Amino acid sequence: MQEHKIVAPILEFLLKSVVLILIALTGFAYTTLLERRFIARLQARIGPNRAGPQGLLQPVADGLKLIVKESITPALADKFVYFLAPAIAVVPALIVFAVIPFGSGPLFSLMGDLNIGVLYVLAVLSVGVYGAVLAGWASNNKYASLGGLRASAQMISYELAFGLSLVAVVLMASSASLNDIVKYQQPGNILGWLIFRQPIAAGIFAICAMAELARAPFDLVEAEQELTAGFLTEYGGMKFALFYMSEYVKMIAMSALFATFFLGGWSGPFVNEFPVLSLVYFAVKVLIGLLIIVWVRATLPRFRYDKLMAFGWKALLPLSLANVMLTALLIVLGVY
Amino acid sequence: MTSELIVFIVLAIISVLAAVGLLSSRNAVYAALFLILNFATVAVLYLMLNAPFLAIIQISVYAGAIMVLFLFVIMLLGAERLNQAAPQPGLRWQRPLAIGLGALLLIQAAYVFITRFNSTTVAPNLIQAGPMEIGLKLFGPYLLPFEVTSILLLVAIIGAVVLTREK
Amino acid sequence: MNTVSPYILLSAILFSMGVIGFLTRRNAIMIFMSVELMLNSANLAFVAFAHQWGQLDGQMFVFFVMAVAAAEVAVGLALIVTVFRSKKSANVDDLHQLKG
Repeated sequence: MQEHKIVAPILEFLLKSVVLILIALTGFAYTTLLERRFIARLQARIGPNRAGPQGLLQPVADGLKLIVKESITPALADKFVYFLAPAIAVVPALIVFAVIPFGSGPLFSLMGDLNIGVLYVLAVLSVGVYGAVLAGWASNNKYASLGGLRASAQMISYELAFGLSLVAVVLMASSASLNDIVKYQQPGNILGWLIFRQPIAAGIFAICAMAELARAPFDLVEAEQELTAGFLTEYGGMKFALFYMSEYVKMIAMSALFATFFLGGWSGPFVNEFPVLSLVYFAVKVLIGLLIIVWVRATLPRFRYDKLMAFGWKALLPLSLANVMLTALLIVLGVY
Repeated sequence: MTSELIVFIVLAIISVLAAVGLLSSRNAVYAALFLILNFATVAVLYLMLNAPFLAIIQISVYAGAIMVLFLFVIMLLGAERLNQAAPQPGLRWQRPLAIGLGALLLIQAAYVFITRFNSTTVAPNLIQAGPMEIGLKLFGPYLLPFEVTSILLLVAIIGAVVLTREK
Repeated sequence: MNTVSPYILLSAILFSMGVIGFLTRRNAIMIFMSVELMLNSANLAFVAFAHQWGQLDGQMFVFFVMAVAAAEVAVGLALIVTVFRSKKSANVDDLHQLKG
């Protein structure tokens, strides 16, 4: 009896995790294609369209190419950390998904009811910086080291405002469980979404998410004109692919988190009658988020490094603190 | 052997080995990585002790902030090579004495442990300390320490800024 | 397990190792890491005791210890950076002069 009580949930978690990872990895492959096609459109090009119909097999071709590439290790690199860094980069990106509810009901989320869900997200994302830092150090290359240093400074700086923007969300929903946050936004109309009730927090979250992803306009970590490829300089083949994977999986995760926190998560019309619809709504919201991230990259120029740090510490952090205080005040006054 | 005990033993072995690695490594970056491993195993032990909130805080404060800062400083200064310099001439007795004192401390603790083994059992009213329980305590009986801590953190911020400012 | 003794023993072992590291290493960064190890093992003991008595107060102490540890690291690393700038070394034996 006791055995079944332990084994059954473990099996359920295992199955769900495997499905989740498969979805995340397929999502990663097709996000790269989406980005290349969409950015090509924005730049009045066509983009990769030769492998398969509409270029749909392009990710497969890319993957095959990276797998068969020669694996090169720099002679003076710290071998162990050099191989460890890509793995450390991927794991946090994948395990963020554990607490994100993908649809209504317990079937569509792994740990959505976790009462420390928001803290879990913050903890996992804060560990994500190690991949870049260790890669930069282990490569024993000055561009890589500079990239690694920039990565750690940038991520530490933007984590603060990132966390504080979520504090406002937790205050509103009076729960740190992602399921509760979605349910809080569900009743009534679209105005229940936190993006309309917490616009400042939503803006700060979006900016900090871009900075955490280290994508344009915050991609100083791998600014090719100054640092060749930053911490990625000495990486090739599958090890490079792992870093690439961590970036895109994190991009999906950030988009999913934004949808969960500010766009009502899986909620939408008729979800109670047809639970499967909730999955569709969530997927559409995540997709829109991804397109906006790509659109921003195609539009905005890169920040200067000192401006990036000054913006994080002198603009975003005070603004997010003020937002937390304002939110608390409005809750005490009974406005929310 | 309950399953909990097995998990504990595995975690305990990992955390002690990580501490050994920290003490014996000749490279500051490796030492920092061993310390992170130790913190992570302790975080899992917190989970086993019904403290999920502290486990997550442990990861985000220690692994996510403090150790990143350590690595940042080590890389910034290029101080990862820990050449074990010869001690000052007058301090040669120091290392054996230090190891002896550490061993003595451990023996003392082990003696207390062996004489009092299983003398205490866990209280029946187990509570899962989530954010709400911790928050109620923090803004109830512990309000004054909480505010004092915030002042301490402010002092630390100012101190760090003053110390590292270029003249 | 209906006893927390193993946790206390582990905490004692880790604390002793932190003491040994603190007393034997000469590099300021290593000394700091040993201090973190000691603080962390004390935290483990606090959480174990909180579990034993079914009270949250031990966990509250851990919360405060973590805040103090964060403050300590910020100031300590700032000191190390300052010392390294003038001495080009993080060895504590090089700090036997009172003038910088």
